[in-house]
Amino acid sequence: MLLAIDTSAGTSVAVVDREGGILAEHSSDDTRRHAEVIGTLIARSIADAGIEVADLSGVVAGMGPGPFTGLRVGIAAARAFALGAGKLIIPAVSHDAIAFGCTAPTLVATDARRREVYWSTYSGSDAAGLPIRTNGPGLVRVGELETAVDGFAGYRLLEAATVSAGALGMLAETMFANGRAFDDAFDGRPGALYLRSPDVTMSSGPKRVTS
Amino acid sequence: MSAPLVLGIESSCDETGIGIVRGTELLANVISSSMDQHARYGGVVPEVAARAHLEAMVPAIEQALSEADVTLAELDAIAVTSGPGLAGALMVGVGAAKALAVALDKPLYAVNHLVGHVGADLIRTDLTSTDLSSTDLTRNGEPLEYPTIALLVSGGHTSLLLVRDLVSDVELLGETIDDAAGEAFDKVARLLGLPYPGGPHIDRVAVGGDPKAIRFPRGLSLPKDMEKHRYDFSFSGLKTAVARWVEREQDAGSEVPVADVAASFREAVVDVLLTKAVAACTDLGVPRLLLGGGVVANARVRELAAERCVAAGIRLRIPPLSLCTDNGAMIAALGAQLIMAGHAPSTLDFGADSTLPVTTIQV
Ligand SMILES: [Zn+2]
Repeated sequence: MLLAIDTSAGTSVAVVDREGGILAEHSSDDTRRHAEVIGTLIARSIADAGIEVADLSGVVAGMGPGPFTGLRVGIAAARAFALGAGKLIIPAVSHDAIAFGCTAPTLVATDARRREVYWSTYSGSDAAGLPIRTNGPGLVRVGELETAVDGFAGYRLLEAATVSAGALGMLAETMFANGRAFDDAFDGRPGALYLRSPDVTMSSGPKRVTS
Repeated sequence: MSAPLVLGIESSCDETGIGIVRGTELLANVISSSMDQHARYGGVVPEVAARAHLEAMVPAIEQALSEADVTLAELDAIAVTSGPGLAGALMVGVGAAKALAVALDKPLYAVNHLVGHVGADLIRTDLTSTDLSSTDLTRNGEPLEYPTIALLVSGGHTSLLLVRDLVSDVELLGETIDDAAGEAFDKVARLLGLPYPGGPHIDRVAVGGDPKAIRFPRGLSLPKDMEKHRYDFSFSGLKTAVARWVEREQDAGSEVPVADVAASFREAVVDVLLTKAVAACTDLGVPRLLLGGGVVANARVRELAAERCVAAGIRLRIPPLSLCTDNGAMIAALGAQLIMAGHAPSTLDFGADSTLPVTTIQV
């Protein structure tokens, strides 16, 4: 049984079970109030699932890609919850939750703000039912998806405004059941998938104040 | 009931601070700073700070628990900074604190960062004298006497408070209307070709300089400004005045007397800070002044504060330096005070409020 948290779009929290499926899921589509709603959504999901924290075997964290400020709230919460509960933390790619269950070649695209989109491509699903990511996650300017993605025309475009923690959790359960490693996308270092450097301007030395 | 065991989480600027207190007794004060990552930009970059908080948060909590030799299950409550501060940075702490509280089924107190700085002074430590800025060791952790004036000065804030009661009555007398004092140190340091953060470097090069060599302006100190901004501060004009002065010297082909400029600039900042703080004490008949914030690390601030307070008959309190800079112990200490005063925990729906007013002690 897993607690799943994803804040790569809105805020979504779920309790899932390999046999029982999604036991509870609570989400908010608001893309500006992650910090406000995260605690309540976690508490409600656990209460509605009718379980104790001790019943969980791990916490799944949606690692993005997604707008940073909100994304971090969910990752911080997932890690802190795992620490508090003494459970395993399981990082997962948020786009994989969107593609979970796809049968045809699929292009997942989500809002990255600043006129950019995050994207990932999937060729379909494998025998275990897990999406096969063939490229991405990546970042391109709005309108340049078609040129940036190889074989764009062959994909079904899935533009998602929300990510379901229930899907993310079931994805993790399926991976676990099939003995898959969780950290493929993270090069062994499961950090947030920012895909963009912090926006900073190097100091060019003091500017004159007198002309 | 024994004093509450509280874990405090602070992430309002560039320090990830986790502190653990039992009432007013300090058990752990772990600080993970991203300062080095900001050095090449000459100031705190919010996104860089927020990324560092996310990576530092869980390791810092683990380290604090191990230093305090307590388990999460033993905690009576968790406290977290809700604001003011950098929104994206605050949100990391708020998200972590809420999840931790739900996982442990412990009460959560969302508190004001600035009031936390005042609460830092209540913490009892057994720190060595080298870490103590206060000349009077016996004051360490003594109960606060009310009312007290508090002057909080850092790279993020410059505020003058009237504290009638730490957990129920704090009033903002004044604050900076532009740059924080710490920012002014950073900017002038850059002007003089000194590294970030500016404070310690200005202090270093000011040694041997004449603080009276150049008369730099004291912001908001003219009679007409004092009417409207008696307890407010302004440092952006001072920074420009220093820049002008330096440029004039350079244009004239003279070598800039760095020690004199640094000492005179520092004197202008410290003078205006303490003139206004002492004025508040005198005007309001409050013979107590408490200092907090990272700029208190500046030797001249402490020296002039001691001088002026003695002259005006004001009792001065300065927490140990490790509790003056942003830290989680002060947040835990404020949480413990709220608990001991019988305040109910915060509900789970508070957010990160970058402009949280100081009158809101608990969210
Ligand atoms: Zn501070």
